[in-house]
Amino acid sequence: MSLGQTILGLLEAHPRHGYDIKRAYDAHFAQGRSLHYGQVYSTLSRLLKYGLVEVEGVEPGDGPERKRYAITNAGITDVNRWLVTPEDPEPYLQNTLYTKVVLALLTGRSAHDLLDTQRTQHLCRMRELTRRKEEGDLVDSLVCDHALFHLDADLRWLELTADRLDDLTAKVTADYE
Amino acid sequence: MSEPLLSARKVRKQYGLTSALDGASLALDAGETVAVMGPSGSGKSTLLHIMAGIVRPDGGEVRYRGEELSAMGDARRSALRRTDFGFLFQFGRLVPELTCLENVALPLRLGGLRRRAAEKSAGQWLERLEVGDSAAKRPGEVSGGEGQLVAAARALVTGPRVVFADEPTGALDSLAGERVMRLLSAAARETRAAVVLVTHEARVAAYADREIVVRDGRTRDFASTSSTDALR
Repeated sequence: MSLGQTILGLLEAHPRHGYDIKRAYDAHFAQGRSLHYGQVYSTLSRLLKYGLVEVEGVEPGDGPERKRYAITNAGITDVNRWLVTPEDPEPYLQNTLYTKVVLALLTGRSAHDLLDTQRTQHLCRMRELTRRKEEGDLVDSLVCDHALFHLDADLRWLELTADRLDDLTAKVTADYE
Repeated sequence: MSEPLLSARKVRKQYGLTSALDGASLALDAGETVAVMGPSGSGKSTLLHIMAGIVRPDGGEVRYRGEELSAMGDARRSALRRTDFGFLFQFGRLVPELTCLENVALPLRLGGLRRRAAEKSAGQWLERLEVGDSAAKRPGEVSGGEGQLVAAARALVTGPRVVFADEPTGALDSLAGERVMRLLSAAARETRAAVVLVTHEARVAAYADREIVVRDGRTRDFASTSSTDALR
């Protein structure tokens, strides 16, 4: 999963301070492993360097000044490209796919389209593996079966997530409030 | 561009207050296999029944070889189902009193073919689907997978242009299901029969050339021939 693009997605939802980014990340994606401030600021400085985010304002605080970061047009293009490009089908993708679905919901994109595009990609790969299996020997079959069962599990997750999008939207919106 | 072999266009179907299909479309070319996927109750079996002329739609149209199906009389549609269409259901629906050979010969006998010729052709189809040993047995005496292959032979014996398969592996374990799909796909390819394959299993849909998804009575078409194409 790409931390840079995840942070960009959170900033597209609205501008935030570094602290807010960490809080939003932890609420949606941390799953018990919260993000370190060091990771947030090192990623932000990289995004700044490439012009994908900008400092929108600086506010005085009790301690050091607080910078509010906003996504740039180049940043929106970058995160959009990441969200609409399906992942290469491989086992254990859920973490990345879940992040993409949540960010699509947070930024007002169609999570259904995202899931459908990924679904198509998975079925394409399954079709290729099935053909390979039909043309190959028993060893090919066993190797392909292993991949097919994993992809099948991913696909079931994609379908179930599509069925649960209304609930997920409500939860994500509530977390965000 | 030539007209598809069979097409459903914006078909609607209502059962009481429940809308089963709400503008579903599917076009099928000769020799291609299309998987119709979707959650339970999404309307995929209704779409199959409408395309096969078993159920009349409330709206939209179904065309087979340029002719509108719903404009045909019952007798004409029944004849079409006997000569041009083959059917394979989740539970083979074989006649329990007949032997497997007689079951496969049945559509030919109904079409007026003499018993000897019908059973000869049925025997060849049983061999082709690797269940020649079941010829003299009754459906109750063969396994689920073998029974489904007998049912597949019955669906293909008339040389149909379209085979409608509704969850053909739904009652089988993985290995038996795979055998049914492998042999059914190979036979359909060789005879250039098109297949409408209703399934909720991705591993079964992967035998098809492409898939459509039915959701809430509407279809979504995914033209997908390779991973690269899907990225475009």
